[in-house]
Amino acid sequence: MAVEKMSIAKALNESLRLALDTDPKVLIMGEDVGKLGGVFRITDGLQKDFGEERVIDTPLAESGIVGTAIGLALRGYRPIVEIQFDGFVFPAYDQIVTQLAKMHARALGKIKLPVVVRIPYGGGIGAVEHHSESPEALFAHVAGLKVVSPANASDAYWMMQQAVQSDDPVIFFEPKRRYWDKGEVDTESIPGPLHKAVTVREGSDLTLVAYGPMVKVCLEAAAAAQEEGKSVEVLDLRSMSPIDFDAIQTSVEKTGRLVVVHEAPVFYGSGAEIAARITERSFYHLEAPVLRVGGYHVPYPPARLEEEYLPGLDRVLDAVDRSLAY
Amino acid sequence: MTVESTAAARKPRRASKRTSAAKKPQSSEPQLVQLLTPEGERVEHPDYSIDLSADELRGLYRDMVLTRRFDAEATALQRQGELGLWASLLGQEAAQIGSGRALRDDDYVFPTYREHGVAWCRGVDPTNLLGMFRGVNHGGWDPTTNNFHLYTIVIGSQTLHATGYAMGVAKDGADSAVIAYFGDGASSQGDVAESFTFSAVYNAPVVFFCQNNQWAISEPTERQTRVPLYQRAQGYGFPGVRVDGNDVLACLAVTRSALERARRGEGPTLVEAFTYRMGAHTTSDDPTKYRADDERAAWEAKDPILRLRTYLENSGHADEAFFAELETESETLGKRVREVVRAMPDPEPLSLFEHAYADGNSLVDEERAQFAAYQASFADSAEEGK
Ligand SMILES: Cc1ncc(C[n+]2csc(CCOP(=O)(O)OP(=O)(O)O)c2C)c(N)n1
Repeated sequence: MAVEKMSIAKALNESLRLALDTDPKVLIMGEDVGKLGGVFRITDGLQKDFGEERVIDTPLAESGIVGTAIGLALRGYRPIVEIQFDGFVFPAYDQIVTQLAKMHARALGKIKLPVVVRIPYGGGIGAVEHHSESPEALFAHVAGLKVVSPANASDAYWMMQQAVQSDDPVIFFEPKRRYWDKGEVDTESIPGPLHKAVTVREGSDLTLVAYGPMVKVCLEAAAAAQEEGKSVEVLDLRSMSPIDFDAIQTSVEKTGRLVVVHEAPVFYGSGAEIAARITERSFYHLEAPVLRVGGYHVPYPPARLEEEYLPGLDRVLDAVDRSLAY
Repeated sequence: MTVESTAAARKPRRASKRTSAAKKPQSSEPQLVQLLTPEGERVEHPDYSIDLSADELRGLYRDMVLTRRFDAEATALQRQGELGLWASLLGQEAAQIGSGRALRDDDYVFPTYREHGVAWCRGVDPTNLLGMFRGVNHGGWDPTTNNFHLYTIVIGSQTLHATGYAMGVAKDGADSAVIAYFGDGASSQGDVAESFTFSAVYNAPVVFFCQNNQWAISEPTERQTRVPLYQRAQGYGFPGVRVDGNDVLACLAVTRSALERARRGEGPTLVEAFTYRMGAHTTSDDPTKYRADDERAAWEAKDPILRLRTYLENSGHADEAFFAELETESETLGKRVREVVRAMPDPEPLSLFEHAYADGNSLVDEERAQFAAYQASFADSAEEGK
């Protein structure tokens, strides 16, 4: 048995190590990823073991990092790039959106862009501005990109493997406030595909859909609801693009109610997409409108207000109550 | 052998050659503009002469000492949990005070996140700088009061803002100048390259003040450039100069000259202040992971404050009473900073919805109302529970 308890950070580190070990074409690139091991230490020790040619400290230029990763991918490499924090991906947004996402289609499928862009994202760590944002919808809106986020150590380990092996570019959002959460990782048994949602708690009265940092909050909410006699099912979406609508549909047609929870602003967020599609697919099964819980249409606030901004247990339970009241 | 394995076999040799080359920049070390040696001796430079009164010299010293004290206090406050983060300027006082004191009131400053000394020179109350590090706001001062823009965390962005502002100054026919601060790491950003292009093409009255403190978190300057940074300017068509960033007199003289050039309508200048970040990158950083211990010791010998003190003492420009008085002033500042920070209130929850738009916005209004009702529901249930 190869089951080990480890933090999400450690699982990512182990997974990156495995990727470097397995495929000589895999490279890691980013700011401070070498000696320092990244500001979150996700690449800790990798440069020491694989050398500066495989684990590359880059100049401080995100457009440069992603742009050169594209070139390296065209040359047959499989770069995994680290963007230091969510808010710093935007200098690279141009390269990701106008180039990385579209090149495969433009070449009529003749070239592949196996680039993984790792982004520690989301709030709850008391940081200064640009260190707490959830920009996943901005990427999911762009065709050609896969957008995923693990919520536990096992997924961190395996989804990273799957992302590296994917021939499509993957935007890999890491829930930074969960980096230190521990969970079991079975390094031998390969889980389901990257884009599959997973039911992390069974229930019959209502479905909560979440991904990344909010899965834990939703599990806590479901446990609290249970004490009040409500049976809440929790789905970990894992992939925001593509979205496993079949899994959501199956769950909703069982429970009749859906609440989507994410940290990103509700307005134009992934909750909107899920609500619309599920309404189309399962209109006659719904006992209540699909509700959304998430951030407001304001800039991510200063740290001393993030508790108010971020959906916590109470806000999720409030939405559960509202849905059940229909 | 397959083509692939041949290539793989060849790779290590070429790769290792490249790696070792990248470690040693080929360029010879350029001369720094220096007016005060690390030993505190006054020297002359043909292009940058400066003549300061004893009063002015003491003023520069006072600025540096108080800025360092403020910085140390902020670091301590972070350790005590009063601030979420702090980016210390320790070691960079001369670069900031020298350049900051070269400015005129009507000049405009675009800082990054470490320019506490420049803020001091602009008359920004230092406690105002702490709000964003405490997490109560994202800025906390009115940039137009002191012509000192908000700190910019996304590195390099502000160099373009400075350039645009300078283009506006020129369009207005005004004779003020603009200064943009950034680090050696930021010099790699596309925005900085673009600001060089724009400022050169439009002959904008802007001074680019790069504090090369040798490190960008864990990456040494060699990870950003193979030529001395100041030499980049040449490729864009404007002058670049490297100044001893630990020499407050040289920083003042060189920045003053660059600002005057801008005012005369002669366009941008890149000033590279060669200095050293003595502490960690921020309070979250651990430099022992990537930096040799003796490096800091070597730079301590070039301490900007110490050398000016030596000069003041040896030249008789300052007496014991001055230093003692300054010590008292420094204590007072430290105490005030502590008090203000500890008393700094958390923002009202509803302030979340303020200022997202200047014109107001129906969606924000709707969300604010929902949020207020939600908050009130807790107050109600607390009442019921009584
Ligand atoms: C676009 C962007 N990428 C990454 C970061 C994270 N980051 C903050 S400061 C820093 C190093 C900056 O080094 P340098 O420009 O030399 O300035 P210094 O902090 O040394 O004064 C990095 C990588 C950022 N703030 N913005």
